[in-house]
Amino acid sequence: MINRRDLVKIGVTAVAASVLGAGNVLGSTDFEGNPERLGMLTDTTRCIGCRRCEAACNKANNLPAPKTSFEDTSVFEEERRPYVADVGSYTAVNRFDGEDGKPVYRKVQCMHCDEPACVTACPVAALTKSEEGPVVWDQSICIGCRYCITACPFYVPAFEYSSAFDPKIQKCFMCNQRIKDGLVPACAEACPVEAIQFGKKKDLLKMAKLRIWDSPDKYVDHVYGETEAGGTGWMYISKLAFEKMGFPENIGTTSFPKLTKDFLSMVNLTLVTWPALLGGFYMASHKKPHGEHDEKPEEEIKHE
Amino acid sequence: MNEFGDESAKRHIYPTDELTGAEIISYWFRDKIFLGLPFKEYMRTLITPLNIAAGIVVMAGLYLILMRFIFGLDQITEASNEQPWGLFLTWGLFSGVPFSGCGFVVGTGVYIFALKRYQPIVKNAILLGFLGYLFAVIFLMIDLGRPWRIYYPMIISFGTASVMFLVAWHVALYLTVQLFEFCPSIFAWLNQKYLRKLAVSATLGLTIFGVMLSTLHQSALNAMFLLAPGKVHPLWYTSYLPWLAFISAIGAAMALMIVVSKLTTIYFRNRASPEYLASIDDITIGLGKASAFVLFTYLGMRLISITHEGSWGYLNSPIGYWFLVEIGLFAIVPLTYYYGVLKKNVKIIQVTGVFTMIAIILNRFNLTLITFNYQLPHRELFFWKEALVVISVIIIEILLYRWIVNRMPVLRDHPDFPNDGH
Repeated sequence: MINRRDLVKIGVTAVAASVLGAGNVLGSTDFEGNPERLGMLTDTTRCIGCRRCEAACNKANNLPAPKTSFEDTSVFEEERRPYVADVGSYTAVNRFDGEDGKPVYRKVQCMHCDEPACVTACPVAALTKSEEGPVVWDQSICIGCRYCITACPFYVPAFEYSSAFDPKIQKCFMCNQRIKDGLVPACAEACPVEAIQFGKKKDLLKMAKLRIWDSPDKYVDHVYGETEAGGTGWMYISKLAFEKMGFPENIGTTSFPKLTKDFLSMVNLTLVTWPALLGGFYMASHKKPHGEHDEKPEEEIKHE
Repeated sequence: MNEFGDESAKRHIYPTDELTGAEIISYWFRDKIFLGLPFKEYMRTLITPLNIAAGIVVMAGLYLILMRFIFGLDQITEASNEQPWGLFLTWGLFSGVPFSGCGFVVGTGVYIFALKRYQPIVKNAILLGFLGYLFAVIFLMIDLGRPWRIYYPMIISFGTASVMFLVAWHVALYLTVQLFEFCPSIFAWLNQKYLRKLAVSATLGLTIFGVMLSTLHQSALNAMFLLAPGKVHPLWYTSYLPWLAFISAIGAAMALMIVVSKLTTIYFRNRASPEYLASIDDITIGLGKASAFVLFTYLGMRLISITHEGSWGYLNSPIGYWFLVEIGLFAIVPLTYYYGVLKKNVKIIQVTGVFTMIAIILNRFNLTLITFNYQLPHRELFFWKEALVVISVIIIEILLYRWIVNRMPVLRDHPDFPNDGH
């Protein structure tokens, strides 16, 4: 038989638990982006593979010197990821074979997704999609769990494995500080052919579509990043098919918070139904002869 | 160190009112810590070939852990920016936690559903569960980039949309719950009658809270991988991942209890009561029956989920064949459990228990490590140093388990509190 004290106990735990759970569900509501948010557009038909964006990134972010100079074109022999420890920069330019035999270049860096997987993953909200647009990281609260790295579909965030005391998450922050100071991100500023452009995402999207409209032979009819992974802040237009330029093929258009939202909304349900069900089972399974309740002290009969 | 006879005789070897403070302390240590032996004699019993071998492995592991905390994770792991998690989490968290579900599975049966048959193993189940979670946290501490901030998700900053936020909260809360649940045994060992009564009175509330927490974090451990649809192999990726994890955790918990119960009857015979030893065969058959049912359910859910995702086409590939090994194991174990129950053959059930454990560990390894990032051309799974650290931490866990079972009433009732069910 369940007694009053047990009921109170169950009630208190249930309330405490559902309060805890409520946060989880509220946290996974849809992102309604700032319509004025900033973004970037890379036109791969313009890129000449000069790697000046990499050098500018290195300088603007005070990163360690690269293994070979930023003018060295032998790095194009393998496809690189934008990991500081490997390339000395938050961005890396890769070379691919174009359809007409000419090389095509693609700059890789954080995509600054509208609803990023890394932000959804972070258990301490150290990674956030800022109001202005860049996906930024707060060094003072990161616990180094690296779930962001597991979650990112573009294989972008890097972790400083060689540091025991201050390991950082390293990725492109769209030169967040420069933007705040009224400057253009370093890579866009350094680009000699305007292959990288900076602006409001909505304007860049219009610009990208206009270019495709103007020269339908020069571009694939798609702006990569308009809808990928729920939309990204960094977009690309290209002549060569995107899947031939190292873009992940299985991204889809679902935003990442949606993938775990269903599960997280089970939290409240579970926390509320279990105590009720199990309390009922307990009462049903612990029977006791008639009349004993008032005569025996509580402790002796509670757990017979 | 196991040569100790009559418990009740040794407990009153000294009259406390005639002793000085120092003597009381020294007797307390002899009684509680040194198994009733004088210090030197106790230390001598520790020097056995097995203990020395264990000591050497543990020292090597601790040295590597020290290197990791001085020079960084890349000293001892293969972790990269493409494969950030390695053996520490795959073994310690993703494989270890399902087995640690034994505390809530057996606890619920005994304390909620009043299944008295399983009463003899409930304390052992709770201890194994508690140690499982404790060491999951230890593995997490080794793997976290900034382990000194492990409490940040609770106090400093809340990433409420993150499944890992839920895992952090639940593992922390559940570790505490399990410690409280094990308190009756600890207080019996320390002869604290009042505190023990207090701990016993919380059993029902703690058990129910434990089920709530377990349902969610057992499933959440797999749900974390819902966020990586392009990296988890399609034969493993399904929106049912959380519920598959929860059901297989129940199977894992029962398999662990079947196997460990058998081991305790071999290695802890003198720490167990005759009633405990006599009950194991019957309990094994009961658990075998339940496991067959649970694992049939799991297999069915698994097959349906793959059909649901339309992933059968991936079967004809090397990873597909590897998948067949795993699913083959999962198809066989419920059948042999059932066969063992039909024939009332305890040995078959115990061997099946071992294979169930292998199947579930293989499943978690496949999901989180072996087939993760299957599309990348070149992958390193783990570094030998990681494996050595894992083995040494497992040894520490086993030693701690032995230390507790040798002292506290886990496989028996304390003579002061006979048959009270805790």
